[in-house]
Amino acid sequence: MDTAPADGLITSAWLLIALPLAGAAVLLLGGRRTDRWGHLLGTGTVVAAFVLGLLCTLQLDGRRLDVDLFTFVATGSLDVQAGLLFDPLSAVFVLLITGVGALIHVYSIGYMAHDPRRRRFFAYLNLFVAAMLLLVLGDNFVALYVGWEGVGLASYLLIAFWHERPSAATAAKKAFIMNRVGDVGLALAIFLMFAQLGTVSYDGVFGAVGTLAGGTVTAIGLLLLLGACGKSGQFPLQAWLPDAMEGPTPVSALIHAATMVTAGVYLIARCAPVYDATPTARAAVLAVGAITLMIGAIAGCAQDDIKKVLAYSTVSQIGYMFLAVGLGPVGYVAGLAHLLTHGFFKAGLFLGAGSVMHAMDDDVDMRRFGGLASRMKVTFVTFGLGYLALIGFPFLSGFYTKDAIIEAAFDRGDGWGYLLGGIAILAAGLTAFYMTRLMLMTFFGRPRWEPGVHPHESPSVMTAPMVLLAVGSVLAGFLLVVAFPLEEWLTPVFGEPEAAEHVVAPLVVSILVTVVMALGVLTAWLFVGRREVPVTAPVRVSPVTRAARRALYADAVNESLFMRPGQWLTRALVFVDNRGVDGAVNGLAATLGGSSSRLGRTQTGFVRSYALSMLGGAVVVAGALLAVTAG
Amino acid sequence: MNPDVVIGTGEAVVFWVLGPIALAGALGMVLSRNAVHSALWLVNTMLALGVFYVVQEAPFLGAVQIIVYTGAIMILFLFVLMLVGRDSSDSVVETLRGQRVAAIVLGLGFAGLVGAGIARATQGIPVAGLAAVQGAETSNIEAIAEVLFTRYLLAFEVTSALLITAAVGAMVLAHIEREPGTRPTQKELSRARFLTDRPQTLPGPGVFARGNSVAAPALLPDGRLAEDSFATGIEPQEVEQMPRPTGRAELGTPDAALGTLDPAPSDVPGGRDR
Amino acid sequence: MSLTHYLVLAAILFTIGAVGVLVRRNAIVVFMCVELMLNSVNLTLVTFARASGTLDGQVMAFFVMVVAAAEVVVGLAIIMSLFRTRRSASVDDANLLKY
Repeated sequence: MDTAPADGLITSAWLLIALPLAGAAVLLLGGRRTDRWGHLLGTGTVVAAFVLGLLCTLQLDGRRLDVDLFTFVATGSLDVQAGLLFDPLSAVFVLLITGVGALIHVYSIGYMAHDPRRRRFFAYLNLFVAAMLLLVLGDNFVALYVGWEGVGLASYLLIAFWHERPSAATAAKKAFIMNRVGDVGLALAIFLMFAQLGTVSYDGVFGAVGTLAGGTVTAIGLLLLLGACGKSGQFPLQAWLPDAMEGPTPVSALIHAATMVTAGVYLIARCAPVYDATPTARAAVLAVGAITLMIGAIAGCAQDDIKKVLAYSTVSQIGYMFLAVGLGPVGYVAGLAHLLTHGFFKAGLFLGAGSVMHAMDDDVDMRRFGGLASRMKVTFVTFGLGYLALIGFPFLSGFYTKDAIIEAAFDRGDGWGYLLGGIAILAAGLTAFYMTRLMLMTFFGRPRWEPGVHPHESPSVMTAPMVLLAVGSVLAGFLLVVAFPLEEWLTPVFGEPEAAEHVVAPLVVSILVTVVMALGVLTAWLFVGRREVPVTAPVRVSPVTRAARRALYADAVNESLFMRPGQWLTRALVFVDNRGVDGAVNGLAATLGGSSSRLGRTQTGFVRSYALSMLGGAVVVAGALLAVTAG
Repeated sequence: MNPDVVIGTGEAVVFWVLGPIALAGALGMVLSRNAVHSALWLVNTMLALGVFYVVQEAPFLGAVQIIVYTGAIMILFLFVLMLVGRDSSDSVVETLRGQRVAAIVLGLGFAGLVGAGIARATQGIPVAGLAAVQGAETSNIEAIAEVLFTRYLLAFEVTSALLITAAVGAMVLAHIEREPGTRPTQKELSRARFLTDRPQTLPGPGVFARGNSVAAPALLPDGRLAEDSFATGIEPQEVEQMPRPTGRAELGTPDAALGTLDPAPSDVPGGRDR
Repeated sequence: MSLTHYLVLAAILFTIGAVGVLVRRNAIVVFMCVELMLNSVNLTLVTFARASGTLDGQVMAFFVMVVAAAEVVVGLAIIMSLFRTRRSASVDDANLLKY
């Protein structure tokens, strides 16, 4: 785990961040002058960053390189060096962010072609890419935190991009506030590190983690987990992510599926030394992952909004990743591999959903889709490949990475391992169910289009990224697990992989998962594909469906547990402020004012009254003098 | 220095004669309702004080007292009194509640305290007298001049600045600024006069009256007062003339008849105050 | 007969002036009362000059007279302009300086 000073091209790794940031600055400060070529500049910076990142990665050769930039904070004992850490882990993320980001930028050129604020959209996207790169490249927690807040800001701006829609504005605020809850956890964790260790750099913290008391490490781990939950939409802070789908679809693809929401996974993987030292916090990560992956999968089964289904799918898949990184060293690589493949196929699915929405006049209700397979062939094929990758169809991406996670869960060997593995397999079945339902409702069956809707294939500037992502969806798993194992690539970060002792043979797990997946597909066909889909959602449904539609009452719980008491507390404080504090202040002021105005009545304005008081004073002085001298 | 100058009988006589006169003047000034009478009472007191100065070996101050105070300042007071009208005789009613009683009580208390204090403190103090600094060789004026132009030179010079400032200030305060161009020309005045229903000159004062004071208004043939002839700034006097004016009411209040210093146009058509 | 008599007389005159300031409403009369107070002070100054055997008291009285003259000039001008704007010489009519 030693770092070396950067050399060669990697010394200019700061350009990775600077390029998109400069793009955002030019687009935001340049105003309307940049309207005509703004989207090209925005795309160009990200493509350039991707090329640079690729070259840097090729030069990396398994080292951990430190790019020292400048002194960021130097106050007393807090000394923060702004520096970048370019190691295999961050290199993987840089490639994911810039690669998927570049494709989505290209897609957005077509998707946002008719939006009057397209330039601003690209500026925000560039800002997001810059912040996300800072998040994964920073070599200390403060830099990570700056990037963390930067992506939060970009996410807020982009969710509320169509801020004239009240639902979008509300969703953005919801995302921002729920992210704040997590960010407080992250900030507290950083404060705790500084208070206990006097440093916030990765090397300093991880090197000294062994010297800390167990309780402190657990506290740091739990606080970091809270931050990760907020950013990644994990239980109990998962409610904002589905609402964030109010943003433009490329945003959903880039930020709320492929990159930003995986920052929590990155954080926990990066802080592996901390979690290695605290089994309690690691168990909490496991619990969060398991709970979330079930919640997401169940809620996804009952949604009618195509993007919401994908959003709950994202929640569920990130739950898989949390589960994986919560398993400890055996799971890190599996989780990160799933993160990468998920980035490909979920981005592809979202772009496909965007393409469908584009064709259906921005309608998102799947009950009004149907029969689109023949009208949108490219979209159908790319979407279908992403779908197969997601549900874990054999030899596609999801098959490799998801199975690895489930295997790792079973490999714990104890009862918990079986429980977690069972949950993961069950969720895989649910995933197959809701994704098949989505496919059937969207692409098959009788058309249930609104009158006046004429679906058509999207322009090639949109379909090309979809094709590339579909290829990635198909091949990524094979490449990352079999051809160029991610495990070896990440060895400098996580150490030599232990020779796993498989409790359940991998083949058995694979067959089991595939069978469950097939069952899910079959159930979906029985429930949806076989019958006519009602255009309006049925009202008389089972309590389970009702609960799933309302996402297991997450919003209701938040409302009754936090919002209502918060409002009561606020009202009580307002009351105390109005009556108590203001009353005291106003009462004092009124008393003083009243008495002074009563005193002021003596100021009649008549000179003779004033003169009288002067004479009275003179008499008193004369009397006093006389009394003193006589006495 | 002569440690103890005996005060002679002549001075005592002067004090006991002029002291009550000065007191009477002061009381008369405060008590008389007519402001002119007050001024005259005050002159009385000041003259007495001037004599006291002379008696107390300060002949220069005595002369200044009589010339400057009695001669100049009080005359100035009388000028202003005449200018602002003699109507200002106070009403007997005191408007401020308790003011008069409180003033008298406090005054008595003050006089008692200060008088007692002075009497107690100065009883039998030695009187040095001024024979050592003035007398046969140096007159009072010379002695004062010597002190004034040596030790008090700076104060004396500053006083000159004070006087200049006061003179300028008084001019500024008393001056009425008229905007240039607002004063009508003779042509405009006569045109305005011919536009009224009285183009001829206004009646002069004193016409058909017994006296020829400007304060006596002219009389119309039927014996009424000719309001056109009221002198501005002076309270019209009752005219002792047969037949009696039909009523004081027609004169209006003295205030209404006054208009000297009012820059606004007179309510008399073609008024002559312009 | 002693100098104390002069001083007591001056005190009484001063008090009369002060009471006059308090009870009279005509600004000019009030002003005259102030002059009376100044004069009574002058009397004490001259008396004390005689008692102490120096001329400083007389010089002081001289300055008081000069200042009084300046004060009268300005004060009467103020009364004039006050009368011009208010048509009244009563000190009670100028009572804007109040609560």
